[in-house]
Amino acid sequence: MRDAGFIFGSYLITLGAIGAFAWRTIRVGRRLADEVAEEDKPWR
Amino acid sequence: MTTISPQRAEISSLPRGTGTRATRIIGIATIVMIAWLALFGLVLSPADRDQGDSVRIMYVHVPSVWLAYLAFIVTAVCSAIHLFGKRHSLGVDRIAGASAEIGVVFMAVTLATGMLWGRITWGVYWQWDARLTTTALLFVSYIGYLAVRGLDGTQQQRARRSAVIGLLVVLEIPLVHWSVRLWRSLHQEATVLGTDLDVSLDGLMLFSLFVGVIAFTLLFLWLVLHRSRTLTMIDLVGDRELDRAVIARRAEGGIDHA
Repeated sequence: MRDAGFIFGSYLITLGAIGAFAWRTIRVGRRLADEVAEEDKPWR
Repeated sequence: MTTISPQRAEISSLPRGTGTRATRIIGIATIVMIAWLALFGLVLSPADRDQGDSVRIMYVHVPSVWLAYLAFIVTAVCSAIHLFGKRHSLGVDRIAGASAEIGVVFMAVTLATGMLWGRITWGVYWQWDARLTTTALLFVSYIGYLAVRGLDGTQQQRARRSAVIGLLVVLEIPLVHWSVRLWRSLHQEATVLGTDLDVSLDGLMLFSLFVGVIAFTLLFLWLVLHRSRTLTMIDLVGDRELDRAVIARRAEGGIDHA
């Protein structure tokens, strides 16, 4: 495959950026969930 | 011996934090679709006659920009509902904020992958071309939108200010999309669904792009659900801390608030 570095790099950047955002969202959500009462979480 | 109520047992069986059974199913479907995207985009789809293997970048670049547009449109719709709705719901404001954050991430990915594609195709990472410049402007505008959301004030003030900006900056999307037609541009015109609604891709290439769009749409849905719930909890914790600070201040001043 020609330009493999750029091509694999684009997939790595995409999955890395979105994965990092998702991981941070889940982490913050879990931390806050311990501080908030169950009745204040309408999704549960 | 302690007994657990059926309701309590049901809650404890749910995923921790902002998760529910629905988000778990969407999450698993997203991971499967992203694995498919990598398989089709990097291995199974053929190289393009003109662009060669660099066309593989399109399978992440194009879905990223479509999802960024979708996220910003969701932000605008939620902003309009907040601003013109009778309830001025803070719930829709949080969905607007969550969607804008996700849109900014997808837009950053669009710019980065576009630069890599540009380096292969044009020989440079960046040109002050109409499409690239308007896309960068859109990206910076939504960073500004997020900065406004972080300003001091009540939650209603935050929601009202950001709703106005959310409705203004979304108007840049048609400018970005049509920039390749309005000005002479290095960037190619729409490959899929141009103005003549003709699909100029076929076979495995079109299928790979379709897999990318479905994967990123599921990912967007999963992220919006989690992030908007997180924003709800951030507001709740913020309110509680403010109440505590007010009580402490009154106690310091010897003010009886009963």
